[in-house]
Amino acid sequence: MALLQVDALTKRYGSETLALDQISFSVQPGEFVGIIGPSGAGKSTLLRCMNRLVDITSGDVRFDGVSVPTLHGAALRRQRTQIAMIFQHYNLVNRLTVIENVLHGRLGYKGMFQGMLGLYSEAEKRNAVQVIESLGLSEQIYKRCDQLSGGQKQRVGIARALVQQPKMLLCDEPIASLDPNSAKIIMDTLREINQTMGITVLVNLHQVDVALRYAERIIGINGGRVVYDGAPNHLSNEQIYQIYGSEAGDLILDLSERYAA
Amino acid sequence: MQPDIFRMRRRQALLFFALLATLTYGAILITEYDTVKGLVAIPQAAIWAASNFVPDQEAFARLPRIIDKLVETILMAIASSTVASALGLVVALLGATTTRPHPWVSLPARGLASVFRNLDVSAWALILLFSFGQSAYTGFLALFFVTFGFIVRVMMETIDEVSTDSVEALRTTGAGYLAIISQSVVPACLPQLISWVLFMIETNIRSATLVGILTGTGIGFLFDLYFKSFNYSSASLVVLVIVIAVLLIEAVSNAIRRAVL
Repeated sequence: MALLQVDALTKRYGSETLALDQISFSVQPGEFVGIIGPSGAGKSTLLRCMNRLVDITSGDVRFDGVSVPTLHGAALRRQRTQIAMIFQHYNLVNRLTVIENVLHGRLGYKGMFQGMLGLYSEAEKRNAVQVIESLGLSEQIYKRCDQLSGGQKQRVGIARALVQQPKMLLCDEPIASLDPNSAKIIMDTLREINQTMGITVLVNLHQVDVALRYAERIIGINGGRVVYDGAPNHLSNEQIYQIYGSEAGDLILDLSERYAA
Repeated sequence: MQPDIFRMRRRQALLFFALLATLTYGAILITEYDTVKGLVAIPQAAIWAASNFVPDQEAFARLPRIIDKLVETILMAIASSTVASALGLVVALLGATTTRPHPWVSLPARGLASVFRNLDVSAWALILLFSFGQSAYTGFLALFFVTFGFIVRVMMETIDEVSTDSVEALRTTGAGYLAIISQSVVPACLPQLISWVLFMIETNIRSATLVGILTGTGIGFLFDLYFKSFNYSSASLVVLVIVIAVLLIEAVSNAIRRAVL
Protein backbone atom coordinates (compact mmCIF):
# COMPACT_ATOMS: atom_id res chain seq x y z
CA MET A 1 0.00 0.00 0.00
CA ALA A 2 1.17 3.51 -0.78
CA LEU A 3 2.47 5.54 2.17
CA LEU A 4 1.32 8.78 0.61
CA GLN A 5 -1.57 9.12 -1.79
CA VAL A 6 -2.31 12.53 -3.28
CA ASP A 7 -5.58 12.85 -5.23
CA ALA A 8 -6.60 15.89 -7.26
CA LEU A 9 -4.97 18.16 -4.70
CA THR A 10 -5.86 21.80 -5.36
CA LYS A 11 -4.75 24.86 -3.42
CA ARG A 12 -5.97 28.40 -4.00
CA TYR A 13 -4.68 31.49 -2.28
CA GLY A 14 -7.59 33.90 -2.17
CA SER A 15 -9.90 33.59 -5.14
CA GLU A 16 -7.32 34.49 -7.78
CA THR A 17 -4.10 32.55 -7.30
CA LEU A 18 -4.15 28.88 -8.13
CA ALA A 19 -1.02 27.48 -6.49
CA LEU A 20 -1.70 23.78 -7.03
CA ASP A 21 -3.97 22.45 -9.73
CA GLN A 22 -5.34 18.89 -9.51
CA ILE A 23 -2.11 17.24 -8.40
CA SER A 24 -2.13 13.47 -8.10
CA PHE A 25 0.66 11.02 -7.32
CA SER A 26 1.47 8.34 -4.81
CA VAL A 27 4.64 7.49 -2.93
CA GLN A 28 5.63 4.02 -1.73
CA PRO A 29 7.35 3.51 1.63
CA GLY A 30 11.11 4.01 1.36
CA GLU A 31 11.11 6.05 -1.85
CA PHE A 32 13.45 9.01 -2.38
CA VAL A 33 11.52 11.53 -4.47
CA GLY A 34 12.98 14.74 -5.88
CA ILE A 35 10.53 17.52 -6.75
CA ILE A 36 11.84 20.02 -9.28
CA GLY A 37 10.36 23.06 -10.96
CA PRO A 38 10.86 26.80 -11.35
CA SER A 39 10.42 29.26 -8.47
CA GLY A 40 6.75 29.83 -7.75
CA ALA A 41 5.72 26.53 -9.33
CA GLY A 42 4.11 25.42 -6.07
CA LYS A 43 6.80 23.06 -4.73
CA SER A 44 6.83 24.55 -1.22
CA THR A 45 3.04 24.73 -1.10
CA LEU A 46 2.85 21.08 -2.16
CA LEU A 47 5.09 19.96 0.71
CA ARG A 48 3.18 22.13 3.18
CA CYS A 49 -0.08 20.48 2.17
CA MET A 50 1.31 17.12 3.30
CA ASN A 51 1.56 18.23 6.94
CA ARG A 52 -1.16 20.87 6.70
CA LEU A 53 1.03 23.88 7.34
CA VAL A 54 -1.25 25.26 4.65
CA ASP A 55 -4.90 24.30 4.38
CA ILE A 56 -6.00 22.30 1.38
CA THR A 57 -8.67 23.83 -0.87
CA SER A 58 -9.91 20.59 -2.42
CA GLY A 59 -8.77 17.08 -3.18
CA ASP A 60 -7.35 14.51 -0.80
CA VAL A 61 -4.01 13.65 0.78
CA ARG A 62 -3.87 10.28 2.50
CA PHE A 63 -0.84 9.54 4.62
CA ASP A 64 -0.50 6.05 6.07
CA GLY A 65 -4.21 5.47 5.44
CA VAL A 66 -5.35 8.65 7.22
CA SER A 67 -6.97 11.48 5.28
CA VAL A 68 -5.07 14.68 6.07
CA PRO A 69 -7.39 17.54 4.91
CA THR A 70 -10.02 17.07 7.61
CA LEU A 71 -7.66 16.46 10.54
CA HIS A 72 -7.56 18.93 13.38
CA GLY A 73 -6.55 19.21 17.03
CA ALA A 74 -4.88 16.21 18.65
CA ALA A 75 -5.32 13.99 15.59
CA LEU A 76 -3.48 16.51 13.38
CA ARG A 77 -0.68 16.79 15.92
CA ARG A 78 -0.37 13.00 16.07
CA GLN A 79 -0.20 12.88 12.28
CA ARG A 80 2.49 15.59 12.21
CA THR A 81 4.76 13.58 14.51
CA GLN A 82 4.95 11.05 11.66
CA ILE A 83 5.93 13.62 9.01
CA ALA A 84 9.09 15.53 9.84
CA MET A 85 10.29 18.54 7.87
CA ILE A 86 13.54 20.40 7.25
CA PHE A 87 13.74 23.90 5.82
CA GLN A 88 15.88 26.10 3.60
CA HIS A 89 16.52 28.52 6.47
CA TYR A 90 16.83 25.71 9.06
CA ASN A 91 14.13 27.34 11.26
CA LEU A 92 15.99 26.79 14.53
CA VAL A 93 15.69 28.86 17.69
CA ASN A 94 19.09 30.49 17.30
CA ARG A 95 19.50 31.50 20.92
CA LEU A 96 19.08 27.93 22.18
CA THR A 97 21.71 25.21 22.16
CA VAL A 98 21.91 22.38 19.66
CA ILE A 99 20.57 19.79 22.12
CA GLU A 100 17.62 22.01 23.06
CA ASN A 101 16.71 22.54 19.41
CA VAL A 102 17.00 18.84 18.66
CA LEU A 103 14.77 17.91 21.60
CA HIS A 104 12.06 20.16 20.15
CA GLY A 105 11.46 17.21 17.81
CA ARG A 106 9.95 15.36 20.78
CA LEU A 107 7.37 18.02 21.62
CA GLY A 108 4.74 16.38 19.43
CA TYR A 109 4.67 13.43 21.82
CA LYS A 110 4.17 15.59 24.92
CA GLY A 111 1.09 16.54 26.88
CA MET A 112 0.31 20.18 27.54
CA PHE A 113 2.30 20.63 30.75
CA GLN A 114 5.28 18.49 29.77
CA GLY A 115 5.50 20.35 26.49
CA MET A 116 5.11 23.77 28.05
CA LEU A 117 7.79 23.09 30.63
CA GLY A 118 10.03 21.25 28.18
CA LEU A 119 10.31 18.10 30.30
CA TYR A 120 12.16 15.37 28.42
CA SER A 121 12.87 11.87 29.68
CA GLU A 122 16.37 10.50 30.20
CA ALA A 123 15.88 8.13 27.26
CA GLU A 124 14.86 10.99 24.97
CA LYS A 125 17.93 13.00 25.90
CA ARG A 126 20.20 10.01 25.37
CA ASN A 127 18.66 9.36 21.98
CA ALA A 128 19.01 13.02 21.00
CA VAL A 129 22.72 12.97 21.90
CA GLN A 130 23.16 9.80 19.88
CA VAL A 131 21.49 11.31 16.82
CA ILE A 132 23.55 14.50 17.12
CA GLU A 133 26.76 12.47 17.37
CA SER A 134 25.82 10.33 14.40
CA LEU A 135 25.49 13.50 12.33
CA GLY A 136 29.01 14.57 13.31
CA LEU A 137 28.07 17.37 15.69
CA SER A 138 29.39 15.90 18.96
CA GLU A 139 31.60 18.98 19.50
CA GLN A 140 28.65 21.33 19.10
CA ILE A 141 26.05 19.70 21.38
CA TYR A 142 26.04 22.50 23.95
CA LYS A 143 26.82 25.36 21.58
CA ARG A 144 24.22 27.96 20.76
CA CYS A 145 22.89 27.59 17.22
CA ASP A 146 23.83 31.14 16.24
CA GLN A 147 27.47 30.04 16.49
CA LEU A 148 27.11 27.31 13.88
CA SER A 149 27.77 27.35 10.15
CA GLY A 150 24.94 26.88 7.66
CA GLY A 151 25.76 23.23 7.04
CA GLN A 152 25.89 22.52 10.78
CA LYS A 153 22.55 24.29 11.30
CA GLN A 154 20.97 22.14 8.64
CA ARG A 155 22.32 19.03 10.35
CA VAL A 156 20.70 20.24 13.58
CA GLY A 157 17.48 20.57 11.57
CA ILE A 158 17.90 16.97 10.38
CA ALA A 159 18.60 15.79 13.93
CA ARG A 160 15.42 17.51 15.15
CA ALA A 161 13.51 15.73 12.39
CA LEU A 162 15.05 12.33 13.22
CA VAL A 163 14.27 12.35 16.94
CA GLN A 164 10.65 12.67 15.85
CA GLN A 165 11.04 9.10 14.53
CA PRO A 166 8.99 9.96 11.44
CA LYS A 167 7.87 7.72 8.60
CA MET A 168 8.41 10.48 6.06
CA LEU A 169 10.79 13.41 5.77
CA LEU A 170 9.81 16.54 3.84
CA CYS A 171 12.76 18.70 2.76
CA ASP A 172 12.01 22.19 1.46
CA GLU A 173 15.05 23.43 -0.50
CA PRO A 174 17.44 21.93 2.09
CA ILE A 175 20.62 22.99 0.28
CA ALA A 176 19.54 26.26 -1.36
CA SER A 177 21.49 28.37 1.16
CA LEU A 178 24.54 26.14 1.45
CA ASP A 179 27.94 26.03 -0.22
CA PRO A 180 28.59 23.02 -2.51
CA ASN A 181 30.59 21.15 0.12
CA SER A 182 27.96 21.43 2.87
CA ALA A 183 25.27 20.73 0.30
CA LYS A 184 26.90 17.41 -0.56
CA ILE A 185 27.12 16.43 3.11
CA ILE A 186 23.43 17.22 3.59
CA MET A 187 22.33 15.32 0.47
CA ASP A 188 24.52 12.32 1.39
CA THR A 189 22.98 12.37 4.88
CA LEU A 190 19.47 12.41 3.45
CA ARG A 191 20.30 9.47 1.20
CA GLU A 192 21.76 7.53 4.11
CA ILE A 193 18.69 8.21 6.24
CA ASN A 194 16.55 6.99 3.39
CA GLN A 195 18.58 3.82 2.81
CA THR A 196 19.50 2.73 6.35
CA MET A 197 16.44 3.85 8.30
CA GLY A 198 13.90 3.29 5.54
CA ILE A 199 12.42 6.78 5.96
CA THR A 200 10.62 8.05 2.88
CA VAL A 201 12.12 11.31 1.63
CA LEU A 202 10.42 14.03 -0.42
CA VAL A 203 12.83 16.78 -1.34
CA ASN A 204 12.22 20.06 -3.18
CA LEU A 205 15.27 21.07 -5.16
CA HIS A 206 16.35 23.93 -7.35
CA GLN A 207 19.38 22.06 -8.62
CA VAL A 208 18.35 19.66 -11.36
CA ASP A 209 21.70 17.90 -11.39
CA VAL A 210 21.46 17.19 -7.65
CA ALA A 211 17.92 15.88 -8.04
CA LEU A 212 19.01 13.59 -10.86
CA ARG A 213 21.96 12.27 -8.89
CA TYR A 214 20.18 11.53 -5.61
CA ALA A 215 16.49 10.92 -6.32
CA GLU A 216 15.11 7.56 -7.39
CA ARG A 217 12.16 9.33 -8.85
CA ILE A 218 11.56 12.84 -10.17
CA ILE A 219 8.34 14.81 -10.01
CA GLY A 220 8.44 17.91 -12.21
CA ILE A 221 6.04 20.72 -11.41
CA ASN A 222 5.19 23.79 -13.42
CA GLY A 223 2.33 26.20 -12.86
CA GLY A 224 0.89 24.04 -10.09
CA ARG A 225 0.64 20.93 -12.27
CA VAL A 226 2.65 17.72 -12.45
CA VAL A 227 4.39 17.76 -15.82
CA TYR A 228 6.73 14.83 -15.23
CA ASP A 229 6.62 11.85 -12.90
CA GLY A 230 9.10 9.07 -13.37
CA ALA A 231 12.65 7.79 -13.09
CA PRO A 232 15.48 10.30 -13.44
CA ASN A 233 17.13 8.43 -16.29
CA HIS A 234 13.98 8.65 -18.39
CA LEU A 235 13.88 12.41 -18.00
CA SER A 236 15.01 13.87 -21.29
CA ASN A 237 16.57 17.29 -21.71
CA GLU A 238 13.48 18.39 -23.62
CA GLN A 239 11.35 17.43 -20.64
CA ILE A 240 13.61 19.40 -18.30
CA TYR A 241 13.20 22.44 -20.50
CA GLN A 242 9.47 21.83 -20.48
CA ILE A 243 9.42 21.71 -16.65
CA TYR A 244 11.22 25.03 -16.49
CA GLY A 245 9.22 26.50 -19.35
CA SER A 246 12.34 27.67 -21.17
CA GLU A 247 14.02 27.17 -24.50
CA ALA A 248 16.75 24.58 -24.82
CA GLY A 249 20.09 26.05 -23.81
CA ASP A 250 18.63 28.74 -21.57
CA LEU A 251 19.31 26.85 -18.34
CA ILE A 252 22.50 26.56 -16.35
CA LEU A 253 22.79 22.82 -16.35
CA ASP A 254 25.71 20.50 -16.12
CA LEU A 255 24.35 17.19 -17.19
CA SER A 256 27.60 15.79 -18.58
CA GLU A 257 27.61 13.16 -15.85
CA ARG A 258 24.41 11.74 -17.21
CA TYR A 259 26.01 11.00 -20.54
CA ALA A 260 29.26 9.82 -19.05
CA ALA A 261 27.46 7.32 -16.84
CA MET B 1 12.83 69.69 -23.15
CA GLN B 2 14.13 68.03 -19.99
CA PRO B 3 13.04 70.13 -16.96
CA ASP B 4 15.98 71.39 -14.93
CA ILE B 5 15.76 69.18 -11.85
CA PHE B 6 18.27 71.26 -9.86
CA ARG B 7 16.40 74.51 -10.42
CA MET B 8 13.17 72.75 -9.49
CA ARG B 9 14.66 71.46 -6.20
CA ARG B 10 15.94 74.97 -5.40
CA ARG B 11 12.54 76.46 -6.04
CA GLN B 12 10.89 73.82 -3.84
CA ALA B 13 13.28 74.50 -0.97
CA LEU B 14 12.79 78.26 -1.28
CA LEU B 15 9.04 77.84 -1.29
CA PHE B 16 9.18 75.62 1.78
CA PHE B 17 11.23 78.07 3.82
CA ALA B 18 9.09 81.00 2.71
CA LEU B 19 6.02 79.11 3.90
CA LEU B 20 7.68 78.29 7.22
CA ALA B 21 8.68 81.91 7.77
CA THR B 22 5.16 83.13 7.01
CA LEU B 23 3.66 80.61 9.42
CA THR B 24 6.05 81.58 12.19
CA TYR B 25 5.49 85.30 11.70
CA GLY B 26 1.73 84.79 11.55
CA ALA B 27 1.78 82.80 14.78
CA ILE B 28 3.85 85.50 16.52
CA LEU B 29 1.43 88.23 15.38
CA ILE B 30 -1.68 86.32 16.45
CA THR B 31 -0.40 85.36 19.90
CA GLU B 32 1.27 88.77 20.42
CA TYR B 33 4.43 87.00 21.46
CA ASP B 34 7.46 89.27 21.81
CA THR B 35 10.44 87.26 20.58
CA VAL B 36 13.03 89.76 21.72
CA LYS B 37 11.59 89.98 25.19
CA GLY B 38 11.46 86.18 25.40
CA LEU B 39 15.13 85.83 24.48
CA VAL B 40 16.21 88.63 26.83
CA ALA B 41 14.37 86.90 29.69
CA ILE B 42 16.56 83.79 29.48
CA PRO B 43 19.57 85.21 31.34
CA GLN B 44 17.22 86.66 33.95
CA ALA B 45 15.65 83.23 34.43
CA ALA B 46 19.10 81.69 34.83
CA ILE B 47 20.05 84.29 37.41
CA TRP B 48 16.86 83.64 39.35
CA ALA B 49 17.39 79.88 39.27
CA ALA B 50 21.00 80.24 40.39
CA SER B 51 20.05 82.37 43.38
CA ASN B 52 16.84 80.63 44.46
CA PHE B 53 16.83 77.14 42.96
CA VAL B 54 19.77 75.85 44.97
CA PRO B 55 19.57 73.36 47.81
CA ASP B 56 20.47 74.89 51.18
CA GLN B 57 21.08 73.53 54.70
CA GLU B 58 17.38 73.36 55.42
CA ALA B 59 16.73 71.39 52.22
CA PHE B 60 19.38 68.80 53.04
CA ALA B 61 17.69 68.24 56.39
CA ARG B 62 14.70 67.03 54.38
CA LEU B 63 16.83 64.60 52.34
CA PRO B 64 15.76 61.42 54.21
CA ARG B 65 12.12 62.20 53.49
CA ILE B 66 12.90 62.95 49.84
CA ILE B 67 14.86 59.71 49.44
CA ASP B 68 12.03 57.82 51.08
CA LYS B 69 9.54 59.19 48.54
CA LEU B 70 11.99 58.61 45.70
CA VAL B 71 12.31 54.93 46.59
CA GLU B 72 8.53 54.66 46.75
CA THR B 73 8.25 56.24 43.29
CA ILE B 74 10.93 54.02 41.76
CA LEU B 75 9.37 50.87 43.20
CA MET B 76 5.99 51.95 41.88
CA ALA B 77 7.44 52.52 38.43
CA ILE B 78 9.13 49.11 38.47
CA ALA B 79 6.01 47.32 39.72
CA SER B 80 3.75 48.90 37.10
CA SER B 81 6.28 48.23 34.33
CA THR B 82 6.81 44.56 35.14
CA VAL B 83 3.16 43.69 35.78
CA ALA B 84 2.06 45.54 32.64
CA SER B 85 4.80 43.85 30.60
CA ALA B 86 3.77 40.37 31.73
CA LEU B 87 0.18 41.06 30.74
CA GLY B 88 1.32 42.89 27.61
CA LEU B 89 3.32 39.84 26.47
CA VAL B 90 0.23 37.64 26.75
CA VAL B 91 -1.87 40.07 24.69
CA ALA B 92 0.99 40.49 22.19
CA LEU B 93 1.00 36.69 21.70
CA LEU B 94 -2.73 36.86 20.96
CA GLY B 95 -2.24 39.73 18.53
CA ALA B 96 0.91 38.75 16.62
CA THR B 97 0.36 37.16 13.22
CA THR B 98 2.66 34.25 14.02
CA THR B 99 1.13 33.26 17.35
CA ARG B 100 -2.51 34.38 17.32
CA PRO B 101 -4.83 31.46 18.06
CA HIS B 102 -7.30 32.77 15.47
CA PRO B 103 -7.22 35.76 13.07
CA TRP B 104 -10.27 37.23 14.83
CA VAL B 105 -8.43 37.52 18.14
CA SER B 106 -5.76 39.68 16.55
CA LEU B 107 -7.80 42.80 15.83
CA PRO B 108 -9.25 43.30 19.33
CA ALA B 109 -5.79 42.75 20.82
CA ARG B 110 -4.26 45.37 18.53
CA GLY B 111 -7.17 47.77 19.15
CA LEU B 112 -6.91 47.44 22.92
CA ALA B 113 -3.20 48.16 22.79
CA SER B 114 -3.57 51.24 20.63
CA VAL B 115 -6.27 52.73 22.89
CA PHE B 116 -3.96 52.39 25.89
CA ARG B 117 -0.92 53.62 24.01
CA ASN B 118 -2.37 56.63 22.27
CA LEU B 119 -3.42 58.46 25.42
CA ASP B 120 -0.58 60.14 27.24
CA VAL B 121 0.28 59.07 30.76
CA SER B 122 -0.85 62.43 32.18
CA ALA B 123 -4.21 62.10 30.43
CA TRP B 124 -4.63 58.63 31.95
CA ALA B 125 -3.73 59.97 35.38
CA LEU B 126 -6.38 62.73 35.10
CA ILE B 127 -9.04 60.29 33.84
CA LEU B 128 -8.26 57.79 36.58
CA LEU B 129 -8.36 60.50 39.24
CA PHE B 130 -12.16 60.45 38.93
CA SER B 131 -12.37 56.78 39.83
CA PHE B 132 -9.53 56.30 42.28
CA GLY B 133 -8.96 59.78 43.70
CA GLN B 134 -5.58 61.01 44.84
CA SER B 135 -3.96 57.69 45.63
CA ALA B 136 -0.91 55.73 44.64
CA TYR B 137 -3.27 53.37 42.83
CA THR B 138 -4.16 56.05 40.29
CA GLY B 139 -0.52 56.59 39.44
CA PHE B 140 0.15 52.87 39.28
CA LEU B 141 -2.69 52.33 36.84
CA ALA B 142 -1.78 55.29 34.64
CA LEU B 143 1.77 53.97 34.22
CA PHE B 144 0.42 50.44 33.88
CA PHE B 145 -1.90 51.35 30.98
CA VAL B 146 0.72 53.19 28.96
CA THR B 147 3.34 50.48 29.51
CA PHE B 148 0.84 47.78 28.59
CA GLY B 149 -0.06 49.49 25.31
CA PHE B 150 3.57 50.05 24.43
CA ILE B 151 4.76 46.52 25.24
CA VAL B 152 1.91 44.91 23.28
CA ARG B 153 2.83 47.00 20.27
CA VAL B 154 6.59 46.38 20.25
CA MET B 155 6.37 42.71 21.26
CA MET B 156 3.88 41.94 18.50
CA GLU B 157 6.43 43.19 16.01
CA THR B 158 9.29 41.37 17.72
CA ILE B 159 7.40 38.08 17.80
CA ASP B 160 6.62 38.24 14.08
CA GLU B 161 10.18 39.25 13.32
CA VAL B 162 12.18 36.69 15.30
CA SER B 163 10.04 33.60 15.71
CA THR B 164 8.02 32.99 12.54
CA ASP B 165 10.46 30.37 11.19
CA SER B 166 10.92 28.38 14.37
CA VAL B 167 7.18 28.41 15.05
CA GLU B 168 6.66 26.81 11.65
CA ALA B 169 9.26 24.16 12.48
CA LEU B 170 7.70 23.36 15.84
CA ARG B 171 4.24 23.07 14.31
CA THR B 172 5.57 20.39 11.97
CA THR B 173 6.82 18.36 14.95
CA GLY B 174 3.23 18.23 16.19
CA ALA B 175 3.93 20.43 19.22
CA GLY B 176 0.93 22.00 20.97
CA TYR B 177 0.25 25.73 21.12
CA LEU B 178 1.59 26.33 24.64
CA ALA B 179 4.69 24.23 23.96
CA ILE B 180 5.42 26.27 20.84
CA ILE B 181 5.06 29.52 22.78
CA SER B 182 7.20 28.48 25.74
CA GLN B 183 9.87 26.53 23.86
CA SER B 184 10.37 28.70 20.82
CA VAL B 185 8.65 32.11 20.88
CA VAL B 186 9.61 33.11 24.41
CA PRO B 187 13.29 32.07 24.19
CA ALA B 188 13.63 33.82 20.83
CA CYS B 189 12.05 37.07 22.06
CA LEU B 190 13.52 37.18 25.55
CA PRO B 191 16.43 39.61 24.97
CA GLN B 192 14.18 42.13 23.24
CA LEU B 193 11.52 41.73 25.93
CA ILE B 194 14.01 42.38 28.71
CA SER B 195 15.39 45.36 26.85
CA TRP B 196 11.93 46.91 26.36
CA VAL B 197 10.92 46.31 29.98
CA LEU B 198 14.08 48.10 31.13
CA PHE B 199 13.30 50.95 28.74
CA MET B 200 9.78 51.22 30.17
CA ILE B 201 11.11 51.21 33.76
CA GLU B 202 13.38 54.15 32.88
CA THR B 203 10.57 56.00 31.12
CA ASN B 204 8.13 55.31 33.93
CA ILE B 205 10.47 56.62 36.63
CA ARG B 206 10.54 59.91 34.74
CA SER B 207 6.79 59.87 34.14
CA ALA B 208 6.07 58.87 37.73
CA THR B 209 7.31 62.28 38.88
CA LEU B 210 4.78 64.05 36.69
CA VAL B 211 2.04 61.58 37.55
CA GLY B 212 2.85 62.14 41.24
CA ILE B 213 2.23 65.88 40.86
CA LEU B 214 -1.21 65.10 39.43
CA THR B 215 -2.16 62.35 41.86
CA GLY B 216 -0.51 63.76 44.98
CA THR B 217 1.75 60.79 45.62
CA GLY B 218 5.42 59.93 45.59
CA ILE B 219 8.24 62.30 44.85
CA GLY B 220 6.09 64.36 42.46
CA PHE B 221 3.88 65.30 45.37
CA LEU B 222 6.87 66.44 47.42
CA PHE B 223 8.11 68.58 44.55
CA ASP B 224 4.66 70.11 44.12
CA LEU B 225 4.38 70.76 47.85
CA TYR B 226 7.72 72.52 48.20
CA PHE B 227 7.29 74.44 44.97
CA LYS B 228 3.86 75.76 45.83
CA SER B 229 4.95 76.78 49.31
CA PHE B 230 7.80 78.85 47.76
CA ASN B 231 10.37 76.48 49.28
CA TYR B 232 12.50 76.57 46.14
CA SER B 233 15.68 75.26 47.71
CA SER B 234 13.96 72.02 48.76
CA ALA B 235 12.22 71.73 45.40
CA SER B 236 15.58 72.04 43.67
CA LEU B 237 16.98 69.24 45.83
CA VAL B 238 14.08 67.03 44.70
CA VAL B 239 14.93 67.76 41.06
CA LEU B 240 18.60 67.02 41.70
CA VAL B 241 17.79 63.71 43.40
CA ILE B 242 15.50 62.67 40.53
CA VAL B 243 18.18 63.46 37.92
CA ILE B 244 20.78 61.42 39.81
CA ALA B 245 18.36 58.51 40.25
CA VAL B 246 17.44 58.48 36.55
CA LEU B 247 21.11 58.53 35.53
CA LEU B 248 21.92 55.67 37.92
CA ILE B 249 19.05 53.56 36.71
CA GLU B 250 19.99 54.17 33.10
CA ALA B 251 23.51 52.99 33.84
CA VAL B 252 22.23 49.85 35.57
CA SER B 253 19.81 48.95 32.79
CA ASN B 254 22.45 49.54 30.13
CA ALA B 255 24.70 47.11 31.96
CA ILE B 256 21.91 44.52 32.09
CA ARG B 257 21.17 45.05 28.40
CA ARG B 258 24.79 44.44 27.46
CA ALA B 259 24.75 41.22 29.46
CA VAL B 260 21.61 39.75 27.86
CA LEU B 261 21.97 40.82 24.24
